[in-house]
Amino acid sequence: MLLIDCPYCGPREEIEFSYGGEAHIERPKQPDKLSDAEWADYLFMRNNPKGPLAERWCHSYGCRRWFNVERHTVTHEIQRVYKMGEPRGGEEGT
Amino acid sequence: MKRQRYRLDVGARIDRGKTLRFSFNGKSYEGFDGDTLASALLANGVRLVGRSFKYHRPRGIFSAGMEEPNALVQLGSGAASEANLRATQVELFDGLEAASVNCWPSVDFDIWAINDRFSSMLPAGFYYKTFMWPKKFWHQYEKVIRRGAGLGTAPELPDQNIYDKRNQHCEVLVVGGGPAGISAALEAGRAGARVILVDEQAELGGALLGNGEHIESRSGVDWALAARTELDEMPEVHILTRTTAFGYYHHNYILMVERLSDHLGAPAGTLRQRLWKIRAHQVVLATGAIERPMVFADNDRPGIMLANAARTYVNRYGVRPGNRAVLYTNNDSAYHAAHDLAEAGVRVEAVIDVRPNPTGEGVEAIRQRGIKVLAYHALVGTVGVKRLRGIEVLALNEKGDGFSDGLQRLRCDLLCLSGGWNPTVHLFSQPGGKLNFDELKACFVPGETNEAVIVAGAANGVFSLQGCLAGGAAAGREAAAKTGLEDPGAPSLLPVIPAEEGPITPVWHLPPVSKGEMRFVDLHNDVTASDLELATREGYRSIELVKRYTTAGMGPDQGRTGNMHALAIVADTLGRSIPEVGTTTYRAPYTPVPYGAMAGRDVGALADPIRMTAIHGWHERSGAVFDDVSQWKRPWYYPRPGEDMNAAVKRECIAARTGVAILDASTLGKIEIHGPDSAKYLNRIYTNGWSKLAIGRCRYGLMLGEDGMVMDDGVTSRLGETHYFMTTTTGGAARVMAWMEDWLQCEWSDLKVYLTSVTEQWATLSISGPNARRVLSDLAEGVDLAPESFPHMAVREGKVAGINARIFRVSFTGELGFEVSVANSYGLALWQAFQRVGEKYDLTPIGIEALHVLRAEKGYIAVGHDTDGSVTPGDLGMDWLVSSKKDFLGRRSLARSDSIRPDRKQFVGLKLEARVPEGAQIVSELRRRPPMKMIGHVTSAYDSAALGKSIALALIERGHERMGETVAIPLTLEGRVVKAEIVSPVFYDPSGERLNV
Amino acid sequence: MSDPSLRQTPLATLHLGDRKTSPAHDATVRLAEKIFIAKINLRADPSNRKLMRVFEKVLGFALPLESNTTNGKAVRSALWLGPDEWLITAPSSQEQALFKALSEAAEAHHLAITDVSDARTVFLLSGPNARDVLEKGCGLDLHPRAFQTGCCAQTRLARTGVLLHQTSDEPAYDIHVSWSFAAYLWIWLEDAAAEFNVTIVADDG
Repeated sequence: MLLIDCPYCGPREEIEFSYGGEAHIERPKQPDKLSDAEWADYLFMRNNPKGPLAERWCHSYGCRRWFNVERHTVTHEIQRVYKMGEPRGGEEGT
Repeated sequence: MKRQRYRLDVGARIDRGKTLRFSFNGKSYEGFDGDTLASALLANGVRLVGRSFKYHRPRGIFSAGMEEPNALVQLGSGAASEANLRATQVELFDGLEAASVNCWPSVDFDIWAINDRFSSMLPAGFYYKTFMWPKKFWHQYEKVIRRGAGLGTAPELPDQNIYDKRNQHCEVLVVGGGPAGISAALEAGRAGARVILVDEQAELGGALLGNGEHIESRSGVDWALAARTELDEMPEVHILTRTTAFGYYHHNYILMVERLSDHLGAPAGTLRQRLWKIRAHQVVLATGAIERPMVFADNDRPGIMLANAARTYVNRYGVRPGNRAVLYTNNDSAYHAAHDLAEAGVRVEAVIDVRPNPTGEGVEAIRQRGIKVLAYHALVGTVGVKRLRGIEVLALNEKGDGFSDGLQRLRCDLLCLSGGWNPTVHLFSQPGGKLNFDELKACFVPGETNEAVIVAGAANGVFSLQGCLAGGAAAGREAAAKTGLEDPGAPSLLPVIPAEEGPITPVWHLPPVSKGEMRFVDLHNDVTASDLELATREGYRSIELVKRYTTAGMGPDQGRTGNMHALAIVADTLGRSIPEVGTTTYRAPYTPVPYGAMAGRDVGALADPIRMTAIHGWHERSGAVFDDVSQWKRPWYYPRPGEDMNAAVKRECIAARTGVAILDASTLGKIEIHGPDSAKYLNRIYTNGWSKLAIGRCRYGLMLGEDGMVMDDGVTSRLGETHYFMTTTTGGAARVMAWMEDWLQCEWSDLKVYLTSVTEQWATLSISGPNARRVLSDLAEGVDLAPESFPHMAVREGKVAGINARIFRVSFTGELGFEVSVANSYGLALWQAFQRVGEKYDLTPIGIEALHVLRAEKGYIAVGHDTDGSVTPGDLGMDWLVSSKKDFLGRRSLARSDSIRPDRKQFVGLKLEARVPEGAQIVSELRRRPPMKMIGHVTSAYDSAALGKSIALALIERGHERMGETVAIPLTLEGRVVKAEIVSPVFYDPSGERLNV
Repeated sequence: MSDPSLRQTPLATLHLGDRKTSPAHDATVRLAEKIFIAKINLRADPSNRKLMRVFEKVLGFALPLESNTTNGKAVRSALWLGPDEWLITAPSSQEQALFKALSEAAEAHHLAITDVSDARTVFLLSGPNARDVLEKGCGLDLHPRAFQTGCCAQTRLARTGVLLHQTSDEPAYDIHVSWSFAAYLWIWLEDAAAEFNVTIVADDG
């Protein structure tokens, strides 16, 4: 069981959280302008890296806030937690 | 009853004043307090303790710890019986009853020992190769094979013991209470850390309990006792003995099981074991090392054991494990065992060492005692079957890969093996810790890890006592410092003086001397060197596959003693190095853990949380039968005396259609929505429009996932200018709330909207039927219930039975209906008030089964019942609910090619000849037997009292085009076919006039 | 106002009445239900200083802005639930007046004030072994180094969501639990406390 550092409540057991999949997937502003393939890309296509992944977690049993976690998918090492709306870290960071 | 004739007169950690009686395989014996079952058996001269797994060869006690591959026993009988315990770990108690597990009819005469005679016909993979085809006969073979295999017997009665769980946090968790672990705990404790020190034994000391070594001027045991006293005085140090850390999970989460009363025989009803769930800032692993055996022909006879085990039986338990001993080794540690055996009065015939020129303090000491050391010799066989009587030795040839001539035979009844040591790296490795092969020490040692862990002592490949003490202390200080605590000052131990030890020369296997000889590698699973050589010849390269093919390393002992030899032999046969072959994956649990400990108190009434409404007590008293809907207990129906379910449901339905019914609807999800952007937000969440909903009015809404599939539905009401109140399905309540927060927080944080779940605040009673208004009007105050001022789909606030209430005019039955919500603490009072005034209207409590019949008659969908995550609003014929003027979640997906393909399954009604089960498949072309093309399935099916027949709702390919078609529902298992006509799903009151009265 | 004599607690089905005793002197765990505490859920933007001052004026103290903390005066408390969410507790006699006062004072602002008095009930768990009882079903670090008097946390206890609030060093905890789970959790707590010397005391609500 992972120990996840909720940016609002502090470190808590994984079982208090629910998983929200890959982070930084923005909903298209005008879905009607997209082809089926483009829409499917938003809807279904996710990265599945062996390594660091930015993902969303919700502290369901705590403050009920959603936030982002950068977790290494092999070692489960959590490199960073950051609030919704904050830019992702690493090379792609802004 | 014979006396303990192998017991030493003095010394050891047993209490000779406390005699304990026990039985083994039906015979009575005596032992002492402090004994294990194994030490007591050895004290009584019992050498044959079990039969091997495959060949049913006679076996004896091989070790003195958890690595034991042979001495597996079944303890107790009836409900308390437990299988496959290692006799070396079972603490003796008065009245203990144990039996060998893998023999029939007895350990002395085992009928399946015939397998041993034909062992050459039972090589690795024999069962796979022989019995797997023809496939259909496997279940015939299996019955017979299982009788010959299998370990122990699972009890058939419920476990009468109590198991418990505890969560605990600490700064430093120290696993292992030997010299390294004690030193670490002392240092971390002195620094002020919250320390948990855990050890699987009954007392601290680890190897010190068995090896008789000294620390400074004290015995190791006295040193451990003094350390215990100091640790007990530290308020933040917590010592857990008889506790095994068995699982090391990510982020320093460690599971351990504490045995609280097993050593007392765990009388029924006592707290037997406790599962500890530890989260540690830092972990110090001081888990020690396990000795390896040597591989040669017939190396499995009773009387053969690990050298360190023999030493432990002498020093810790005061038992001579034999009268005449030979030791066989490739390193120095066996010489210490030889010393201790000789001191205990065992006649040590010789030490046989594969090394050409063994040197070192231990070796010299043995030579000086006049004990023969046969250097550069190897064992090639043993004499004796049920009991060791002697050994056969040959000198090695010049190259060291074979033998010279001149077989020597030595008489002995005890043979002690030492093939070097394996650090106990299992816990370290479980969360992904990498292992490095140390060529000099010929073992795997801990390498890189992502966990906050320090490995100390023998677990780290440091085998000297001084090294363990110093390494443990350094680890304890470092761990405490890493948690931000200050170093307590100068180390309290003397500098390390490395003992003079000669290097190990691993000789993993030597060629067989004669054909067909059994050189055991994995004693527990009867895997021989030849089996491993065969597996590699047959093409197995990966150690993981070799393990599964040969079964080496499986079973209760998990190959603790044999794994290293197995992979070395595989590496050798493949011509690869040991690190290239690598180890198999270490997974939790480290040792077997009873299911009871995993379950803890989550059994019986506490198996799963139960949710109850405010009116639950009334339902219970009224004889309701409950249905489990997620964790809720919901009244299913209320049978009257003599009624079965069908009769009760029919009566309840008739009441709702002709009189008035009351239903406890408190379980529906409820969400308060506040804020100026609430309507805008609802427009995005629901498929239909919300901008024009007036204050005091309600609207039905459909919610889709982004994939366009129906996710939930419910009624939302507008209570004020910026205030809405949403209801969701019972099962969807939590999910919908999370989903709505998700969009609000992650995507639309600019919207000024607050959501508050109030599912638990309100008790909701649903009154429906032609007399609903009359019943309500007897109780309502300050609310005009007249149809023109309180129309269908409206909400009013007022008092009902003197209680502040929200009254919603909504209906899920198709009849005139009101939902009355009051604060939960008033729920029962309100329900009882309805019962009082309802008597004259024959107000009938109905359960959810009747509600389902009523809603199905109206063709109302039940999300999760008629939908399954693959159904669009169009499929349901609910396009009228889908706005074309706005974007909403899932909208774009409704235009995907798959969502608009014409052959989608669509929601229809079925007029039936007879009742069919839900989930039944529907075909248009009936054949005599499957396969048939299935065009859909039944989603809801009920007997309708109002219609006097069976009805169903279904999803059928192109269903909307098929109105009037006859289809078939073949119920193959029941041997019947039901014909059905596809009709509109609205069976009852299609114009809806009964709602608007 | 509804007639308070009609009210029932979620533990009514357990018929605890017969078993309540005055606390034994040697009890190491005491368990009680604090019935009918008024609870108001607040959602508001903590950076809206004006609004925060409005709340402070009505409550008599400021809303706690630090996570997992509480604030209070006399019989009223405010518990931090999240970065923009609080729970106000008060005696049930103040419920309506407090709700009205908060709603009216903050009318001009974007916020949500919701009466959740019956959404949860409160158990009082106290005594020298109280923490041991909680540790059987709660993964939170409750050691005084990590959690003290005045701390609160929404977490899990016995697979159920709870709001824990430590109210004294003894220690004593208020356990807020959802109405529907209350009877289950009470049974669980009694079971978990059974190995200690447990007393069920009359409610002090």
